[in-house]
Amino acid sequence: MKYASQKVAYWFFASAILLLSLQIVYGFIMGFAHLGYDGWHSVIPFNTARAVHTNLLVVWILLGFMGSAYYIIPEEAQHELVSVKLAYIQLISFLAVGVTAIVGYHLNYWEGRKFLEIPRPLDWLVVINVLTFLGIILATLYKGKKRTTTSLVMTMGLVFAALLYLPGMIWFDNQTMDSFFRWWVVHLWVEGVWELIMGGILAFLLIKLTGVDREVIEKWLYVIVGLTFLSGILGTGHHYYYIGVGKIWLIVGGIFSMLEPLAFLAMALFAVGMYRKGEKKHPNKLALYWTLGTAILSFVGAGLLGMAHTLPQVNMYTHGTLVTAMHGHLAFWGAYGMIVFSFITFAMPNLTGRKLYDTAIGQLAYWLTNVGMIGMTIAFGVAGVAQVYLERKVGLEFGAVQQEIEVHFFILILTASMFATGILLFIYEFFRFGKPNNEAIGIEE
Amino acid sequence: MLSKSQARTFFLGGTIVTFAIFLGLSWNSLSNDVPKQTNPQNLTDQVIRGKHLWESNNCMGCHTIFGEGAYYAPELTKVFERRGEGYMKAVLTSKQPWAPRGRKMVAYGFTDEEASDLIKFFKWIGEVDLNGFPPKPDVKR
Ligand code: HEM
Ligand code: HEM
Ligand SMILES: [Fe+2]
Repeated sequence: MKYASQKVAYWFFASAILLLSLQIVYGFIMGFAHLGYDGWHSVIPFNTARAVHTNLLVVWILLGFMGSAYYIIPEEAQHELVSVKLAYIQLISFLAVGVTAIVGYHLNYWEGRKFLEIPRPLDWLVVINVLTFLGIILATLYKGKKRTTTSLVMTMGLVFAALLYLPGMIWFDNQTMDSFFRWWVVHLWVEGVWELIMGGILAFLLIKLTGVDREVIEKWLYVIVGLTFLSGILGTGHHYYYIGVGKIWLIVGGIFSMLEPLAFLAMALFAVGMYRKGEKKHPNKLALYWTLGTAILSFVGAGLLGMAHTLPQVNMYTHGTLVTAMHGHLAFWGAYGMIVFSFITFAMPNLTGRKLYDTAIGQLAYWLTNVGMIGMTIAFGVAGVAQVYLERKVGLEFGAVQQEIEVHFFILILTASMFATGILLFIYEFFRFGKPNNEAIGIEE
Repeated sequence: MLSKSQARTFFLGGTIVTFAIFLGLSWNSLSNDVPKQTNPQNLTDQVIRGKHLWESNNCMGCHTIFGEGAYYAPELTKVFERRGEGYMKAVLTSKQPWAPRGRKMVAYGFTDEEASDLIKFFKWIGEVDLNGFPPKPDVKR
């Protein structure tokens, strides 16, 4: 850590991992419901559990991104954040809006549009909050000495993410139009602008951890985000196949979304390449593991498993089945969960001054979470493929098929327990570092 | 080898060109496909009220429609055709959780009027031309 204001990142990270643990609780509620145990039904019906699960996911990932930005931008711009007080206010108000929304989901107060369940009045509070965040980041960059490519790419991702939230707030009478613009948020986030944020964080981590020359790393960063937009923008078409718009999307969406894995492949090759090239002197080995892990698992979860069902001929059958849930889990975890975990692992020793590098518990957390999540992906995948065959090919009734595939949710619960144990260990390790403090300034290099 | 400024040009150029094409195609879809494929003339007040009910109760939190939503309860795009009005009314107005094969739906206990709004919404949904989705099962049993 070089600037005192970077300390604010700690509180974003602490909030993020605590909300993740709550997300997991609701995941278990849904897993058990699929297994046939829906004892919570009268208090937390499935749709409540689901809205909470996916919204907490988005909220903790965004908190992770914001925390990372508050750490990275001062260091890259060589300037303290313009206002630390405002950053704390922004955190607290963001949490307040999130908690209100989640309480609302238990009281049938929501807007039932997948991933965008936050009711309209709260949406406006989110907008104000995000504008505050962007204001702090942009003002810091503006006043800073340097505007590096890494910081610009990351900021561009954050600004576009905010802009793209807006089309999701328009009411349409027509379900087709509703769905059309919902994807401007959901798809263009995860397969577009969030990749810029991820790319920026990844570049920063590789510069610090491998010691490879910044110019080389930032050149590749441009190539990666270039591939992202080149494929991802028109790739939105893979959500337009079957919602009531024209067949042109079958061709455009099919071709361009098949190219989307290239950006993730480039990220994996880039991370491994820089690791090979680097000096391997940095003591924070665990952060390097997480960084290489995210580059590789995002390619598997988003790239390969996305590609597996993105052609219209395949998607016709898999669309809206547990196959989608399989891909959703490994993609979100591999790309955005793990990049946040990489950054936390990198930042904690620097924020607190405690050199708990490469501990046994940290290692165990790494393997349990990742192996557990791969297991969950397999469980969802097997259930999904069986569902597609029985329901879409053979034509059995939905309920009959669900009973056939119930057993896979037992495996899901087992592997999810492994994952959850890993998360608990990670959280334990996080709090073992203690609080961030000013003695930690300037100790790392 | 590629230089950093060439890499930046690739990024900016690719983004601007594909985004422009994307906007063009979107415009075309909204102004030509939507009128042709979705029967907007049939979007009556009843259908729109049905859509409000669909959203304000987060039905998508268990079901899918157009293949979008959750995987806990059946796909509802063609439910009007599959089940018909009587069955749907019974499910929607039930004061006990509807639970075929044990998996429970929330007991909304809608009024008759609300139930008909939702049924009209599903009828409209079922008539949208979805390029062949949902697929017809084709394996012989
Ligand atoms: C990190 C990046 C990614 C994340 C976090 C992600 C996540 C998701 C999620 C959560 C869904 C379900 C959305 C919904 O139904 O509302 C989804 C759907 C889908 N994703 Fe991804 N995805 C990523 C990248 C990709 C890539 C690169 C591809 C293609 C190569 C892809 C192909 C698809 C397809 C085809 C669907 C639609 C599934 C269906 O029809 O039900 N995804 N993705
Ligand atoms: C212990 C851990 C977890 C369990 C048991 C679990 C279980 C589930 C279940 C049962 C669903 C609902 C599927 C349906 O609609 O029927 C779901 C949805 C989802 N979960 Fe998890 N989950 C867990 C952790 C996570 C984590 C860590 C992430 C992300 C990093 C995640 C991301 C998602 C996403 C994106 C969806 C929506 C998928 C879609 O609509 O296609 N989950 N989860
Ligand atoms: Fe997508």
